[in-house]
Amino acid sequence: MSTNTIVSLPDQSTARIPKNNFITRENGLLSWLLTGDHKRIAILYLISLSFFFFIGGALAGLIRLELLTPQTDLMATDTYNKVFTMHGIIMIFFFLVPSVPATLGNFFIPMMIGARDLALPKINLLSWYLYMAGGILALYTMMTGGVDTGWTFTTPLSTHYVNTNVLTTGLAVFIAGFSSILTGLNFIVTIHKMRAPGMTWFRLPLFVWAHYAASILMVLATPVVAIAIVLVALERTIGIGVFDPAKGGDPLLFQHLFWFYSHPAVYIMILPGMGVISEVISTFSRKRVFGYTAVAFSSVAIAVFGFFVWAHHMFIMGISNYTVLVFSLLTMLVAVPSAIKIFNWTFTLYKGSITFETPMLYAFGFLGLFTIGGMTGVFLGSSGTDIHLTETYFIVAHFHFVMVGGMLMAFLAGIHFWWPKITGRMYPEKISQLAAVVTFIGFNLTFFPQFILGTLGMPRRYASYPPEFQILNVFSTAGATILGVGYLLPVLYLVWSLKYGAVAGNNPWQATGLEWQTQSPPLTENFAVMPIMDHEAYDYEWLEKQQERQKELEVTSAR
Amino acid sequence: MSGQNEHAHHIVGPKVYVAILFALLAGTALTVWASYIDLGFWNPIIALAIATTKATLVVLFFMHVKYSTKLTKLTVFAGVFTFLILISMTLSDYISRAWGSW
Amino acid sequence: MPDSTVIAHGDAEAASIANSADTEHPSYLHHHFNSTEQQADASNFAMWLFLLTEVMFFGGLFTAYLIYRNWYYAAFVAGSHQLNAVWGTTNTLVLILSSFTMAMGVWCAETGRRRGLVLSLTLTLILGLSFLGIKTIEYSEKIEKHHVPGIHYSLDSFLDPAHDEAAKAAGDKPLPLDMARHTEVYFSLYFAMTGMHALHMIIGVGILGFMIYRARAGAYTAGHVTFVENFGLYWHFVDIVWIYLFALLYLISRH
Repeated sequence: MSTNTIVSLPDQSTARIPKNNFITRENGLLSWLLTGDHKRIAILYLISLSFFFFIGGALAGLIRLELLTPQTDLMATDTYNKVFTMHGIIMIFFFLVPSVPATLGNFFIPMMIGARDLALPKINLLSWYLYMAGGILALYTMMTGGVDTGWTFTTPLSTHYVNTNVLTTGLAVFIAGFSSILTGLNFIVTIHKMRAPGMTWFRLPLFVWAHYAASILMVLATPVVAIAIVLVALERTIGIGVFDPAKGGDPLLFQHLFWFYSHPAVYIMILPGMGVISEVISTFSRKRVFGYTAVAFSSVAIAVFGFFVWAHHMFIMGISNYTVLVFSLLTMLVAVPSAIKIFNWTFTLYKGSITFETPMLYAFGFLGLFTIGGMTGVFLGSSGTDIHLTETYFIVAHFHFVMVGGMLMAFLAGIHFWWPKITGRMYPEKISQLAAVVTFIGFNLTFFPQFILGTLGMPRRYASYPPEFQILNVFSTAGATILGVGYLLPVLYLVWSLKYGAVAGNNPWQATGLEWQTQSPPLTENFAVMPIMDHEAYDYEWLEKQQERQKELEVTSAR
Repeated sequence: MSGQNEHAHHIVGPKVYVAILFALLAGTALTVWASYIDLGFWNPIIALAIATTKATLVVLFFMHVKYSTKLTKLTVFAGVFTFLILISMTLSDYISRAWGSW
Repeated sequence: MPDSTVIAHGDAEAASIANSADTEHPSYLHHHFNSTEQQADASNFAMWLFLLTEVMFFGGLFTAYLIYRNWYYAAFVAGSHQLNAVWGTTNTLVLILSSFTMAMGVWCAETGRRRGLVLSLTLTLILGLSFLGIKTIEYSEKIEKHHVPGIHYSLDSFLDPAHDEAAKAAGDKPLPLDMARHTEVYFSLYFAMTGMHALHMIIGVGILGFMIYRARAGAYTAGHVTFVENFGLYWHFVDIVWIYLFALLYLISRH
């Protein structure tokens, strides 16, 4: 493999982190806790998200540890139920949903569109506090007995048959939901109303389009799960009867309301990651994203179609055959825009000048793993096969491929890609590439066996299984250990880089976005002079001309 | 020093508001009156139609949507559309199941 | 009077904007916006998006309502007859009138009529409180008759309508036992939907109180009308929800 790299750092003997930036502008804890600066809020989110991620990861470790042996020997079944429930709740609501939007979206959307901040800075801060309140409440419920209904809170189990902390956990999710709604609302207003002169819709980076689509889902879908949780709470406390067959209620109504949000939720989770991938693939193949318009529209199409398919999570639950047919057909449709994106990214790579820096490694991982995850989603959307595969480990493997192999890799790609811009420092390249490869290997070893287990019939959410499944489970647990190492390494070297990393300069990747045309870390107001957008997105020729102009200025001023 | 706001948009005046008020009051009277007449399966349809008309008047005139930008109109449409998707697709499941056999 | 934005960015330019009294950069213009138009536009759009979330929030309840009304029509009829149509109609008229006064309030703010604004907001507040008062009366009656879902729920009015005033007036026949049990679903939805609506009214009334206080000081008649306009949107939305609740809950088969 060549040692080609596009990294272009300033002369390390003279380069310094700019003295005036958003981190040094003000000091003191309160200046962070009461900030309106979207960049500081993004960092607050990054720290808290990482914290919750590792808690969710620890719970995953417990699950895999239990599943090393066929018997339920590490913990009681009830405890196991609580562990996988909390793993799901924390990973979905407190990590995946806010991951890219609340960190990278918050930080970069204003910069990418040429604005000084998001439209509603106080709402942005409120969003973080709501996230923290929900998260702390979720941790509290975990420590006071937990919940064992599965993250899906299926009725009537959650309303009538368990004595665990359903109400408090429901409240935690409810609060986190509002955090998500406010973030999405802020993004939509900002993208519509605060673009710099010349920044037309079709000059926006695809990262922005992806967040716009995800934000639509956040605003329209989240309130429905909120009301579903309220109804569960009323059912549990007063016994109103909306989900209770004995009183004439229908438990499936809960599922309709729950999945009406939770299916769009998976698109809320993945779309921002897809936005990251667009940026990374373009930068590391030095090429405009192929079919910009198709990728932009497919983001919106995913958001719109995502509303029409929720009952594919309910095929075996008692919905009518007509409903099964309609939703299965519609699910086939929703796969198309995602596939369009994969094709477009692949065509971007074709005849591009590809280099393999860490963000690109994660992006390649995404392309392969998301494709596999997405295709297995089609098997599940097809009702005939779903009847056999649902509630087995096939489902578990499917969603981990798209969410961990897809979304989490995209998140790591984004963090590495923009780390120099956020902190002004480069992370160490060799160890980060190693971590990416270790993650990829660990991931495949963990989750590929689970596809096989699922087709063989191993049910999900069970602490014990027939002994013939053990060998695959052992592979999976071994993989999980490797995966854990792969996720731990970035924490270590990224923190290390804060003090010892090379000074990055404005544009170490030679990227075209507006955020790369200013200092690293950025000024509080983002730009010293508000930019005017006079070129198309991903215009590498414009970038070259910029750099030539810069060199001329340096030469002439040096004389 | 200006005391007036400089909104480019149309300021809707009291005459319009009074007209809409009377329309809404009339609609209320109409819907109550209609509910006391036996029109079979038309009763709920008429009630919903009148309610929707009243809601439309409030949205267009009290909430200024008639005089608003395309974006605002699109936003209202998006909300109504998603709401209708939720109701219609969920209801289609219930309608196609064994009706009332619980 | 400097605008107290969340945190001073220590930016000299931002501070001078915040302190400037000239019309180009009024004190209420936040530094991340380029103009008051952009700011008003953005916050108006933000309010509409928030209302969309409210539409979807109530949407779940309306879905539940439509399903159960079709499944248990007889129970819903009997339940609806237990509601007082006079109070319901009065409340509808009260809210429609309050929407009118609120719209007039927005007009007063837009045209700089401080006293008119205060009057409109005060009338809206009074009407809002009247609505809540009538709701309290209705709820107390329901509590007395044991129509609140839960352990104290009573089926008497439905099994034996001859001895229940409201049922007798509507000419109801006794329901079979299982259908009578389903009236609890009707009342669950009644309380969930009107309760959620009333909660939104209470919040609205609270904000109205704050607005009246600020309006008297002239806060909304000097060009910065966004707060009043956006609150107006919220208030009208709450009115629209009631328009549907009234038709769906109070007027089922009243003939």
